[in-house]
Amino acid sequence: MSNDFETAFKSRNKKIRKQMLSKVLLYIFFIVICAFFAGPFLWLLSTTFKSGENIYSMNLFTAHPTLTNYIGVIDFMNLPRILYNTTFITVAGTVLDIILAALCAYPLACMNFKGKGFIFGALTSTMIIPAAAGMIVNYLTVQKLQLVDKFGGVIIPGAVSVFSIILLRQAYLGIPRELIEAAKIDGASELKTWRKIMLPGVMPAISTLVIFNFISKWNAFLWPIIVLQDPQKYPLATALKYLGGQFNYKFGYVAAGTVISIIPVIIVFLLFQKNYINAVSGAIKG
Amino acid sequence: MRLDGVLKRRIRENLVAYAFMAPALIVLAVFVFYPIIYSIPLAFYDYSGIGESHYIGFDNFIKAFHDEEFWIAIRHSIQFVLVVPIIQILSILLATLVNKKLPGISIFRVLIYIPVVTSMIAVSIIWNWIFDEGGVLNAILMNIGLLKDPVLWLGDANLALFTLMFITIWQGLGYYMMLYLAGLQSLPPEMEEAAIIDGAGRIKTFIKIKIPLLKPYVWFCSLMSVISAVSVFDVVFAIKDDGGPDNATLVANLYSYRKAFVNFEFGYSAAVGVLVSIVILALSVFVFIYGRRGGMSNNE
Repeated sequence: MSNDFETAFKSRNKKIRKQMLSKVLLYIFFIVICAFFAGPFLWLLSTTFKSGENIYSMNLFTAHPTLTNYIGVIDFMNLPRILYNTTFITVAGTVLDIILAALCAYPLACMNFKGKGFIFGALTSTMIIPAAAGMIVNYLTVQKLQLVDKFGGVIIPGAVSVFSIILLRQAYLGIPRELIEAAKIDGASELKTWRKIMLPGVMPAISTLVIFNFISKWNAFLWPIIVLQDPQKYPLATALKYLGGQFNYKFGYVAAGTVISIIPVIIVFLLFQKNYINAVSGAIKG
Repeated sequence: MRLDGVLKRRIRENLVAYAFMAPALIVLAVFVFYPIIYSIPLAFYDYSGIGESHYIGFDNFIKAFHDEEFWIAIRHSIQFVLVVPIIQILSILLATLVNKKLPGISIFRVLIYIPVVTSMIAVSIIWNWIFDEGGVLNAILMNIGLLKDPVLWLGDANLALFTLMFITIWQGLGYYMMLYLAGLQSLPPEMEEAAIIDGAGRIKTFIKIKIPLLKPYVWFCSLMSVISAVSVFDVVFAIKDDGGPDNATLVANLYSYRKAFVNFEFGYSAAVGVLVSIVILALSVFVFIYGRRGGMSNNE
């Protein structure tokens, strides 16, 4: 009897131990994978605290951490100015996108009008067509509008994205019809209904769009290079490209600049990652 | 009388609707629809941005066909499609792994995703530094004795394009992983349980049950991945904006960009853009047909 019990106990113990072992192995595996994806960032971060000839040393930690790279690059890049440029372009672009998309998506979700099917079809089709070809024509347009070397030329071509319109249309569809009818019976104008009922109803979607916009506009570098001629007007990512190109030997500066440019994005992403990831994976289901 | 009222209301509703949409539609018309339509006629002109332009028929296309660099660029863009199966297979495996219910798993998901939200410029600076001749990777490999001499990861004409592909994979995996994770989480859990009760192993369940159910996702992700591989530009522009060494990293969109914004041959560049779009369309159709035949759509 007791022997049976003992073997049963032993085999259960073995099973638990096996499960534990597989779990530990799994975690080790995950840590290796994450080192692969996040490691380069940590390494770069540690480099920014090294000075001079230690820059290519492989130690993750340095005995004499220094902030000279940060101080140097802030001065060299005229960072306050560059940060102002980046913030202006990002904020103005985001606000425009959300207002224009929120206005445009409302009739697409809640009104009947002629050409609705056509407009919706045309909008969704642009999501499939590759965007690269448009750059040349857009540059010529910006030139005609005399917006070359102006923030307007950077912001306006991307002032509204089809993605935002479609996401907000989806969100509007989730608002109960009765609310809109009730507002109409109360004699509210369409604009007032939109402002008082529809907008508050889609705030979660708007906050998702703020994050999307923030990340993509903060990171944008190509269009600003094309439109802006004066490096003093460059946003951060573009300025870094410029810095990396002309300043290859002073890697500490470049690394510090890179860290400064990444930090806001990573903070925003970490704070709102649930929202963000839901929207990314929602797009494929939609 | 009543009919009149209905008509009036309908007209009003149309007006209101278009008033709401007007600002967005104007921006989209000018900067999204116009470029798509106008880049086709532009391809038939020699336009340098300033001065007069002339209609020159198919000359731009003929010029492209006779330019060796054009063919090199197209070949490299098509070669870049090699990243598609690698990204898709690895991201499905990653998604399966992070789909486990373990404490702290969401931290892993987020860490894998961080390269996706990082700007290409930052990514290029980091990897340029790692792949540099005197950089970290060579130092490590030489230290552990795997290499005797430093390898020019980005400077060797035979390696540079593959190094850029590697960086693309590194940055893109997290994105596709999240899409597949959404797919996995939408599968009914009973399926897997039933298969396991029937005595199917985990690997067998994965191949026989999960992959077929994920087919619409695989199809969609592959299509997107093919489109972005052929139109690859950012990673090359950020790291090797001269397309070097020896044009080894010259891809089609970099060629087109160079013709427009370095040589100011806008008409010619537009023609190249049209040709690249045709290549993309052809490959997309191929993926689409292949997906159909392989039953990648679940709606049949």
